[in-house]
Amino acid sequence: MALLEVKDLTVRYGGVVALHRLSLQVEAGEIVTLLGANGAGKSTTLRAISGLVPPAGGQIRLDGEEVTRLPAHALVERGVAHVPEGRKVFPTLTVEENLNLGGYTRRRHRHAVAEGRDRVYQLFPRLKERRHQLAGTLSGGEQQMLAIGRGLMASPRLLLLDEPSLGLAPKLVVEIFRTIKAINRQGVAVLLVEQNARLALHVAQRGYVLETGRLVLEGMAHELQGDPQVREAYLGGRV
Amino acid sequence: MALFLEQLLNGLTVGSVYAVVALGYTMVYGVLRLINFAHGELFMLGAYLGFTLLVATGLGGALPLGLALLLLLLVVMGAVALLGLVIERVAYRPLRRANRLTAVVSALGVSIFLQNGAMLLWGPRYRAYPAWALPEVRWTVAGLHLSLMQVVILAVALVLMVGLYLLIQKTMLGTAIRATAIDHDTARLMGINVDRIIQFIFFIGPALGAAAGVLLGLYYRQVHFTMGWIYGLKAFTAAILGGIGNIPGAMIGGLLLGILEMLGAGYLSAAWKDAFVFMILILLLILRPTGLLGERVAEKV
Repeated sequence: MALLEVKDLTVRYGGVVALHRLSLQVEAGEIVTLLGANGAGKSTTLRAISGLVPPAGGQIRLDGEEVTRLPAHALVERGVAHVPEGRKVFPTLTVEENLNLGGYTRRRHRHAVAEGRDRVYQLFPRLKERRHQLAGTLSGGEQQMLAIGRGLMASPRLLLLDEPSLGLAPKLVVEIFRTIKAINRQGVAVLLVEQNARLALHVAQRGYVLETGRLVLEGMAHELQGDPQVREAYLGGRV
Repeated sequence: MALFLEQLLNGLTVGSVYAVVALGYTMVYGVLRLINFAHGELFMLGAYLGFTLLVATGLGGALPLGLALLLLLLVVMGAVALLGLVIERVAYRPLRRANRLTAVVSALGVSIFLQNGAMLLWGPRYRAYPAWALPEVRWTVAGLHLSLMQVVILAVALVLMVGLYLLIQKTMLGTAIRATAIDHDTARLMGINVDRIIQFIFFIGPALGAAAGVLLGLYYRQVHFTMGWIYGLKAFTAAILGGIGNIPGAMIGGLLLGILEMLGAGYLSAAWKDAFVFMILILLLILRPTGLLGERVAEKV
C-alpha cells in the first residue's frame, strides 16, 4: 500500500477540465516528480491532494485512508505539507512567525515546535540569521528556504513541492535541491512538481509527465531521462 | 486652555469608544475584505441590551455600580457575540464565493433588519437612563471636570484594546488570524481552519462593538435605534482614518477622530460636529483612502 494513492483524479475549474482521470502513487520515502509544460495541470494536482481544490471525480488515499474531500487543514494534520507555487510566505510576518505557523497543527506542544524550528535553522542557517526579519524583505532564495522550512514544521510524511526552482539563480537551485535530497533521506516522501526537468529527474526516483491534464508518460527517472519524447520536450533536445 | 483640555478629554473618551467599534470593522475587513455594515447595529443592540438589563431588570439599583457594569458588559458582549456568529452563518458565509457587491448588499440587509427590529422591540423614542440606575458622579481635578462615566469608558476601552493587541500579536491564534487576513489558501496549508477563524472574528468583533455600545449609552445617558447608523459611520470613518484592516490604525484612528470631533465641537460649533466628522471622511476618501497607517492588504511577493 503506497503512502499516497491517487486514482482517476478529475478536477474542473468552472467548465474547464484541468485534470482528467489522473492516477499516480508515491511510496513512503520516495521522491517522485511530476513534469509538464505550463498549464499542464501539475499545480492543480498538488492543490487537489492538499485539499485546496475539491475534485470532481476520483479518489485520493493517504496510507489507505480516503482523504479525497477533506479540507486542507485536515490534510496537514495527517502529515501532508504543501509548499505552494510562488512560495507564498506571509510577507508582513517575521521569519519566525512564518515557521511557527507551519507548526500550527502542533501548537499545543511548544517543545516540539521549538525543536522543529531548530531543525529548520540547522538546515537553513541563513533563516536563523534573519529570524526576526519580515518575510517580505527576504530575497527569493531565502523565501524559498523559508517556505520549505515552514512546510517541514508540520513534521510531514509527504512534502508537496510546487516549482521550488522558479525564479531562482542556478547556484541557489542546486543548493535547494541538495536540501530536498537531505530532507528525503530523513524519511520524508516528496512529490516534486518542476519545470526544471533535468534537475528534477536527477533527484527523483520516479516521474510522471502531464500534458493538458492527462498523464502521458510514467517511469523510473533514468528511463524518462533517456526517453526521446521527454528529451525533446523538456530536456532541451539531444545532448 | 481649560476648554482645550476639557474637549481633549471628551475627545479621548468618545474616541476610545470609536476605536473599539472601529476594531470590529477593521478585523472583519482584514479577514474577509468585507465592510460589515451590520456592525453599527450590533453596537446599537449592545447599547439597548445594556439599558434594558440595567434599568428594566432593576439591576442598576440592586448591585453596586462596579459589579453591575461588569456583569452588564459580560452578558451583553456574550449575547451580541452569539448574534454575530448567527449573522456570519446566515448572511455572509453562503455568499463567500459571490462577488463583493452581493456581500455588501447582504450586510446592508442585515443592518436594516436589526435597526427596524430594535425599533419594533423598544419603540422609536429615545430611552434615557434614570438617575437611580446610573448615578451622576463628577469630580473636579486641577480645574478639569471629570465624570465617573468618562473614567469607566477610558478604563474599559483601554483594557479591551490592550487585550486585543496582546491576542493578535502574542498568541498563536493571533498569528493565525493575521495569516488568514493575508492569504486564506496559504493559511489553510498551515493547518489553520479558516472557517473557524472567521467565526472567531465574528465573535470578537461584535463583542467589542456591543461593549462600545453599552459604554456610549452610559456616557450620553440615553439610547436610540439610530445610534448604530450614526456611530457606525463615525467608527467606519475612524477605521478608514487609521487604515482599514490595520488594527493599531483602528485604535489611533478612533482616538484621533474623537479628539478632532470634540475640538471641532468646542471651537467651531457643537451643532455641526457630526458634519465636521463626515467632512473628514470625505476628504480622507478623496485624498488618502489608505489612511494614516496604510491599508493592510495582501502584498505581492
